[in-house]
Amino acid sequence: MAKVLILFAHPAMEKSRIHKRLVEHIPKSTDVRFHDLYERYPDFDIDVPYEQHLLLKHDVIIFQHPFYWYSSPAIIKQWLDLVLEHGWAYGTGGRALAGKKFMNAISTGGSKNSYTAVGRNKFSLSTYLLPFQQTAYLCDVEYLPPFVIHGTHRLSEADMDLHALQYEQMLLALGADRISKPEIESCVYMNDLVPIPQAIQS
Amino acid sequence: MDNNAFLFQAMVYLAASVIMVPLAKRLALGSVLGYLLAGILIGPAVLKFIGGEGESLMHSAEFGVVMMLFLIGLELEPAVLWRLRKAILGMGGLQVLITSVIISGIAFYAGLPWQSSLAIGMALALSSTALVLQTLAEKGIDKTTAGRSAFAVLLFQDIAVIPMLAFFPLLAITGLANPEAASHSAGGWIESQSAWMRTLIITGAVALIIVGGRYLVPPIFRLVASTQLREMFTATALLLVVGIAVLMSSVGLSPALGTFLSGVVLANSEYKHELESDIEPFKGLLLGLFFIAVGASINFELILEHPLLIFGLVLALMFVKAVVLLIIGKAFELRIDQNIIFSSSLSQVGEFAFVLLSFSLTEGIVARSNVEILMAVVAISMSLTPIAFFLNEKIVLPFVDKRLSNNVKEQREADTVEEKNPVIIAGFGHFGNIIGRFLRAHGIKATILDIDSNRVDFLRKMGFKVYYGDASRYDILLAAGAAEAKMVIIAMDDAEKRLQMIETIKKHFPDLQMLVRSSTREDTYDQMNAGILHIYRETIDTSLRMGVDALKILGHRAYSAQRAARTFFRYDEQKLKDLSKVRNNEKEYINQAREYIEELEAIIQADNQALHLRKDLGWDEDSLIADEKVKKDE
Repeated sequence: MAKVLILFAHPAMEKSRIHKRLVEHIPKSTDVRFHDLYERYPDFDIDVPYEQHLLLKHDVIIFQHPFYWYSSPAIIKQWLDLVLEHGWAYGTGGRALAGKKFMNAISTGGSKNSYTAVGRNKFSLSTYLLPFQQTAYLCDVEYLPPFVIHGTHRLSEADMDLHALQYEQMLLALGADRISKPEIESCVYMNDLVPIPQAIQS
Repeated sequence: MDNNAFLFQAMVYLAASVIMVPLAKRLALGSVLGYLLAGILIGPAVLKFIGGEGESLMHSAEFGVVMMLFLIGLELEPAVLWRLRKAILGMGGLQVLITSVIISGIAFYAGLPWQSSLAIGMALALSSTALVLQTLAEKGIDKTTAGRSAFAVLLFQDIAVIPMLAFFPLLAITGLANPEAASHSAGGWIESQSAWMRTLIITGAVALIIVGGRYLVPPIFRLVASTQLREMFTATALLLVVGIAVLMSSVGLSPALGTFLSGVVLANSEYKHELESDIEPFKGLLLGLFFIAVGASINFELILEHPLLIFGLVLALMFVKAVVLLIIGKAFELRIDQNIIFSSSLSQVGEFAFVLLSFSLTEGIVARSNVEILMAVVAISMSLTPIAFFLNEKIVLPFVDKRLSNNVKEQREADTVEEKNPVIIAGFGHFGNIIGRFLRAHGIKATILDIDSNRVDFLRKMGFKVYYGDASRYDILLAAGAAEAKMVIIAMDDAEKRLQMIETIKKHFPDLQMLVRSSTREDTYDQMNAGILHIYRETIDTSLRMGVDALKILGHRAYSAQRAARTFFRYDEQKLKDLSKVRNNEKEYINQAREYIEELEAIIQADNQALHLRKDLGWDEDSLIADEKVKKDE
């Protein structure tokens, strides 16, 4: 069993279509903890000891957020800057997070094709996520492939529901430790492990 | 009077006031009544420390009234006057006019000469500024509509005294003249001047006050202030007032008029507040002495001789004054409860009646026997005022409240169907109105309850759904829709009422969320004990915001200062919770003040921890630099 912590960041949740559904589908389980950063810290006043205490209690940490300007909303950066202290998360004696897993769960307006060398975003999503990956590396944390929903502006209600189910299943699988190392290494997105029709996933 | 006798007299007056005034205050009767009682106590009626000199004492103590007018003049900035113009001229003017006419009419009908009747009417139309303003402030209702209206009327009366004093000599009846007193009050030499010369001198004196006040006094004060001797400033201020009084008396005008005038002239000067604080204690003491003299000069034999006449007069007089005020209040659209406070608070006769009556005695307008009876009437009516306030509060107003809230209920039943608001705001003063406006800006409808009926009327006109009523009462809350609402915002001023309201809601509407304003830490503890989760201390955010700006001005970065304030806020809230637990265990505190000091001590001691409040280590390079050093050494 693995305990999952979802660090959710959406500055205007009431306007969101996809994340509202995703959040609704987060399994109601004591093993999955949903933590809404903008709701908890509207003034960016992050309670560092509390956040560190939460991290210690969980094994998989998921940053769930829309993809803004090739990165996360501002509060995630604030959170990273403040919570992952030197001497605690990294550096001398900083082993608090060793062995845990980090992951991004992202929604983006751009299609899967747009995040290729020939697309208008030129680079792959994984490239853009390198800062997260490297952060994880420095903290001796395993960085999982991201869960990504592309083309959010074009998705129909049914498409979004399917994505929400996909997210739910992935969370259940992560929580139950049902995803093997080779499976993780074989996929680009975590979505690949819980397939839904290709027409939607693009 | 030899020196020892003087000191003894001074001791008697001071001792009597020191004993009686705090006693009267403790009994919620107000300081004026305390002075009056002190006067009665040391006067001929009881201890006989002072005998016949009561009246001459009154003359010298009248100087307190002169000083009071100077201070009132200082307060009269044109802008303030302009804002209150309708109330002052309308309510005040009508009150003085109608009441004097009625009282004069009654006096004339009772067979007094018309001059005496007129003088009595004017004297008795006035109410007691000192007594009423103090009592309203003590009861905390000076800022309500009733309080402001009362102030406006009193202001008009205080100003009206001046033309009255000027007018009285014209009413003199030669047969009644009191020669020695008359020569004492009006300067002798001026009588010997011809009429046009007299007019010239008087005009010159007034001009001197206005021009001198504007161009001469400020440079003199500047000069005195530059000596850095505080007592010199006080002496100069006193000299100014005394000098004007002397000038005025010597040209045969009222000293009160002169000082009032110079007060107005100086109202906009930079020395206004300095003057105020210098003159204030003298005014207070002299007014106190004046009230003592009044008490001492009440002729108890006279009262015992004609008890029915005197008490009958008192009651009739207060009744007439109150009815006139009630009608004026109605005409100026005061709500019934505010109107009752307004009219009953001003129904006594004031200190200026003593001045006017004794003046009319010396001027020979009213016969001595009548003046004595009226003096007793005035003193008794003043003594009854605190009692009138008390009765009002305990009997009349609760009754009126009940009737008003019944009306509320009826109206409520009429419009229950059309809307049910999710939010109830109790109290729409300076605290509640910000929340109300904020919610309204976001299209959230709130039902507002307020205790000030005029504010209620105004807000209704502005389209708010407002009810008049005591929000701590079950029936009012029910009428306001507490059974269907999601939350109630308790934003009233009165801490006691807030607690009552919390209890009512806990009992009858347990599902209603409460967001409560709190004023002091005391309040906060009480509310915590009552189980309130959402407590908002009214000053903490503002003072911390001020602290942030202070840090910024001292050169700290804005964001660091703001984060420091947030950290401190969280720390302080936590501390409050901790201390509240401790507090419940030790109930044995000696008194409130002591408790507060102990509390503060505990907080400040705990603050030493605040010095070690967690810094934002994630943005700190110290440990990284230390790390690098270690690596290098290896």
